[in-house]
Amino acid sequence: MDSPAQYLHWGFILLSVPNLVVIGLMLGLFGAALIVPFPTRNGPKSREQKQ
Amino acid sequence: MSAPQPAVPAEGGWTGAIRRQIARRLPLEELLPTHQPDYVRSWVYLFGAITIAALIWVVASGVVLAFFGPQWWHHSSVGRFFNSLHFWGVQVFFVFMVLHLWTQFWAAGWRDGRGPTWVIGVVTFLVSVVAGFTGYISQQNFAAQWIAVNAKDAVNATGMGAIFNPLNFGQAYGIHVALLPVAVVLLVAVHIALVRMKGIVRPIGAPEPGVPDAPAADTGVSA
Repeated sequence: MDSPAQYLHWGFILLSVPNLVVIGLMLGLFGAALIVPFPTRNGPKSREQKQ
Repeated sequence: MSAPQPAVPAEGGWTGAIRRQIARRLPLEELLPTHQPDYVRSWVYLFGAITIAALIWVVASGVVLAFFGPQWWHHSSVGRFFNSLHFWGVQVFFVFMVLHLWTQFWAAGWRDGRGPTWVIGVVTFLVSVVAGFTGYISQQNFAAQWIAVNAKDAVNATGMGAIFNPLNFGQAYGIHVALLPVAVVLLVAVHIALVRMKGIVRPIGAPEPGVPDAPAADTGVSA
């Protein structure tokens, strides 16, 4: 924790590995939130769909 | 979003006028709803709520830190614990605020008169960045000194001079604990009120709730 982070360098882009990991986790979480079905008390179909 | 309008008699001068405006634009049914449109049944709609939860966590832990002071948060185990709560609460706050921003950007959350909601969200993000920065330089450790020394030159280079001096702990700490939290909380409160007044934006192409065959007005910005 006390040592400097490793940095990745592509052209003008300079990014630390910890920041890259956080960005990757955020993208993964965003994708999962879009894909994973949201649980409901009434089952897979909503109240409006059942009507 | 349409809800039954409460009957408020036209009386009482400007206070009555403000009361009628609030009752008309933000009825209690919209402020504390019990049902949401079907399209809200997605995890992405939790990002904003998690951001608010993190903000409450950050403010609560910050109040404790402010009460006991830097010696306590650096040199006692309980103090370090609350310091960590505050720090990690901020990380959660920013991660989920950005996820909320992504969601609203790809959903074009500014549609159908929601421009002010979007703009206040952007302003909240920017003010939060300044709040985070003043927090980093208020830690009272070597990291804070390093950040403040570099930031001093950066701020000076903007032409601001020493109006804001990051090496001035009292100035940075005062702004961090007294001004910016109030600004962020007020902006978030207005943001939430606007979301409740306008309702959650429909996904692009989705019909209006309760009107299955209605054409979707889903492109561009409309007032």
